[in-house]
Amino acid sequence: MRLQISTRLAIFAVLELTAREDHQHSVAKIGAKYGVSSHHLAKVMHVMGHAGLVHSVRGAGGGYRFAGNARRTTLLDVAELFEDLSSVEQDTGTVDATSEGQALREVLNEIDDIARATLGSITIATMRKLVDRHGTGGRRRLKPAVPRQRKQRRL
Amino acid sequence: MTLAKGLNSLVTDTNGRATKTGAAVRVRRVRPADIPHVIAIDTRVTSLPKAEYWNDVFRRYGKQRLHERFFLVAEKRLDRANPRVLGFIVGEIRAWEFGSPPCGWVFALSVEPGMRLHGIGCALLDAISREFKKAAVSKMRTMVARDARLPLLFFRSEGMMAGPYIQLEKDLD
Repeated sequence: MRLQISTRLAIFAVLELTAREDHQHSVAKIGAKYGVSSHHLAKVMHVMGHAGLVHSVRGAGGGYRFAGNARRTTLLDVAELFEDLSSVEQDTGTVDATSEGQALREVLNEIDDIARATLGSITIATMRKLVDRHGTGGRRRLKPAVPRQRKQRRL
Repeated sequence: MTLAKGLNSLVTDTNGRATKTGAAVRVRRVRPADIPHVIAIDTRVTSLPKAEYWNDVFRRYGKQRLHERFFLVAEKRLDRANPRVLGFIVGEIRAWEFGSPPCGWVFALSVEPGMRLHGIGCALLDAISREFKKAAVSKMRTMVARDARLPLLFFRSEGMMAGPYIQLEKDLD
């Protein structure tokens, strides 16, 4: 499954903010870590701010703070701010009207449902535990978060 | 079900005694007198009374093959005069199902609704994990409905991830 760049960036930003909730985090600093422009990240933060997930603190030393409940906010909550992850019941095209098209749609919907259930079952707090486990050389190894061919953007 | 680790974990004695710790709840093996409480909790949670089922589960998991079957209950540790079951967990060692090496299977976990977020689910899961480890298995599994948000969130928060098996089903016409 591939998440859009804005979604991935939003998840990374929330993980940064929840790593030290008593601190404000600047867009520039988060952007530098993940190799994205402050401009792009600012747009992402704006969307999350509008949704009440983060709030900005102005002035010297200002930045963003996480404003949600890390034990209640799931990856799906964040992702749905940026993309539609719902299953498509049926397209209007001719192909999807065929029995073959409907059979394929059923399989794809199953995949979508599993993806949604997975994202909806992992809270930001749980993600932080996963991050910490990887940071301390935990047993599980995930695939690299950054596909090699997209090194420049580091997302 | 609980989402918090608010209390210390417990040390459970498989012979039915719970070792004293600083925790406010203790986890021990189920006793016959606990079954009405188990039925009551399950009924409150599922709105579906299943007395016959739980009595059968007790016969099979609370009395037999106790080295590989674990029916544990959590109760308030400091209130021995008024023992009250706050939650329960049931699991067993399953071996070679579809080629799977022996693993611990959790097939029931429930916490009194009014006592959630007090670390009881965590204590129960910790306790059965220890029993599984004592039985020399290194993997614990369970199955949760995709739309069962609360247990999914709980098991995820306890570090459980999707396993290598896919559950399949079909309608039997």
